[in-house]
Amino acid sequence: MAVKTSKKPTAATKKSKVDSTSKFSKETYIKWWKDMLLIRKFEEKTGQLYIQQKFGGFCHLYIGQEAIVAGTASACKPGDKHMTAYRDHAHPIALGTDPRVLMAELYGRTTGCSKGKGGSMHFFDKKVNFMGGHGIVGAQIAMGAGVAFAEKYNETGNVAFVSMGDGAVRQGALHETFNMAMMWKLPVVFIIENNNYAMGTSVERTTNVTDLSKIGLSYEMPSRIVNGMSPEAVHEAIEEAADRARRGDGPTLLDIRTYRYKGHSMSDPQKYRTKQEVEEWMDQDPIVHCLEVIKENKWMTDKEIKEVEDWVKKEVEESVEFAENSPYPEGKELYEDIYQEPNYPYIVEY
Amino acid sequence: MKTVQFREALREAMSEEMRRDQRVFLMGEEVAEYNGAYKVSQGMLDEFGPKRVIDTPIAELGFAGIGVGASMNGLRPIVEFMTWNFAILAADQIINSAAKMLQMSGGQYGCPIVFRGGNGTAGQLAATHSQSFESFYAHVPGLKVITPSTPYDAKGLLKAAIRDNDPVVFLESEKMYGDKGEIPEGEYIIPIGVADVKRKGKDVTIVSFGKIIKVAHEAAEALAKEGIELEIIDLRTVRPIDYATVVESVKKTNRCVVVEESWPLASISSEIAYHLQRYAFDHLDAPVLRVTQTDTPFAFSPTLIDEALPNVDRIVKAVKSVLYR
Ligand SMILES: Cc1ncc(C[n+]2csc(CCOP(=O)(O)OP(=O)(O)O)c2C)c(N)n1
Ligand SMILES: [Mg+2]
Repeated sequence: MAVKTSKKPTAATKKSKVDSTSKFSKETYIKWWKDMLLIRKFEEKTGQLYIQQKFGGFCHLYIGQEAIVAGTASACKPGDKHMTAYRDHAHPIALGTDPRVLMAELYGRTTGCSKGKGGSMHFFDKKVNFMGGHGIVGAQIAMGAGVAFAEKYNETGNVAFVSMGDGAVRQGALHETFNMAMMWKLPVVFIIENNNYAMGTSVERTTNVTDLSKIGLSYEMPSRIVNGMSPEAVHEAIEEAADRARRGDGPTLLDIRTYRYKGHSMSDPQKYRTKQEVEEWMDQDPIVHCLEVIKENKWMTDKEIKEVEDWVKKEVEESVEFAENSPYPEGKELYEDIYQEPNYPYIVEY
Repeated sequence: MKTVQFREALREAMSEEMRRDQRVFLMGEEVAEYNGAYKVSQGMLDEFGPKRVIDTPIAELGFAGIGVGASMNGLRPIVEFMTWNFAILAADQIINSAAKMLQMSGGQYGCPIVFRGGNGTAGQLAATHSQSFESFYAHVPGLKVITPSTPYDAKGLLKAAIRDNDPVVFLESEKMYGDKGEIPEGEYIIPIGVADVKRKGKDVTIVSFGKIIKVAHEAAEALAKEGIELEIIDLRTVRPIDYATVVESVKKTNRCVVVEESWPLASISSEIAYHLQRYAFDHLDAPVLRVTQTDTPFAFSPTLIDEALPNVDRIVKAVKSVLYR
């Protein structure tokens, strides 16, 4: 097959230098680093377990994109709501979900965050306002605006954050939603997790407007391009967008440029991109960057760093243990959680 | 004869028809440069070029509609959906436009278009990615709906679908693409709307179609050991349905079990059962039974999947029940 070499994607800024005048605190950096490391290790383990066929289904890893959820989590407020697509393992971790229940969900166990009924693509955790995990590309765009509609209706001051891939922006419902969200000034932030590929298709092979931040222009939706390898940049952009939403000024579109180091799912030969391209992005790794800042500022001793790394390792190991020791749902649970009505008359035959 | 995979049989059908008729083209997500999400269209970009093997953005409603319009205007599109679950977004164009166009235009504009892709469950993909659409589309007048179970049927029926002047819904399965089967070296076409007796037997008629028919074959093997002989009818097309073949078989066996991958309410099995009680009432020695997916959305966990799908035990039980054993 002739592989068309695509133009190299570029991050919005080059590898961020350690900035000692950063407005972010020691605590913020340490939290970013810790959360992103936990996500990274959780995902690495997930990939290994998937290859060992410990669980089935599709498996889309977030490795490389961690700065987006880290920067969003640090910039949002407790009542805010979050929704994303099927690449959903990282969002609940960043929001504080116990990785044990996520691993259990991957294993299809009753202790999973969706009782083993949703699997990898359908994580949900109401406790941290994580509203899924949606497998149909683009479905969450309109639903996310609807979540914002309810917040506005109830005058809560909360914001809805809706993530979608660069491929998802091609769904027509985006335009219908953007129009209504602007017209009704809904408190929603649309986040494009722009990793430049939808499966094997690069952004430039699906559009003549490769600058996705422009996709809201005909609705005059405020938008900006954000460096998705930088938790600082993400945090600032999310904060600004959330402030706009809370002021009653409506939605924002963020085209957050990022990269997935791994394939689309676990069965992707990745012939559509070069190794060099992957490496260029890995050079800007946000986890490495945060640790550099921490070390440069002497915010943690080597011992403390080691302690966090050990803690992360243990969290992941214990997640696997928890999952493997949890029971599978019994057959009769198939009939639970389908209707709120307790006595729904199902057809039951052979 | 030669042995090919299901996906190769589909590819041969499309490629042969594209060589024969310049108006035929293939369009869908990842069909060209990626060679198909499930490698059905492997190599077709190389042979036919980007004018006729076209990658689309993830925009099912849009490209289905573009296909419908192109079919109204002289072309003969094959629109691939990565799976039929995603074609729910395109259902407006399939049901409201393609299926109705000829009638609404008083016969002036037809839609010679094939919509095809993976259908049904495919392992632990959870509720949204595991749906079977046979009865959903069979419900709609104006469409033809094909659901092959072997590479041989797939090739012959897809060629018929591409040559057909009406809109055709063609339901494949991610889980069948790797299945192997024999097909002739030369060209052949299988007419739409003709069922096939896949196994001869005298005791009970099994009516089924698509991937789940494999389970009926397994049940037939198991029951043969007990001296019970199943006759397996593969509908192959669920709109129109070849009722005559079903009735003929039931006249012989006097008993029928329908095996279907999808849900029970308003299903193909309800339709078959209705038809038999209406047109073969006097030949039935037992009520028509069915083995379907449970009346629940498909869930992720393997234990819930085992519970949901038709399996050999459930079929055996139903067969014995119509035999009063
Ligand atoms: C409506 C619909 N069409 C197609 C698919 C199959 N599919 C799953 S993921 C995907 C690519 C999406 O890419 P993108 O939006 O960029 O997200 P990323 O995977 O890069 O995070 C496709 C085509 C789907 N799940 N839903
Ligand atoms: Mg993408």
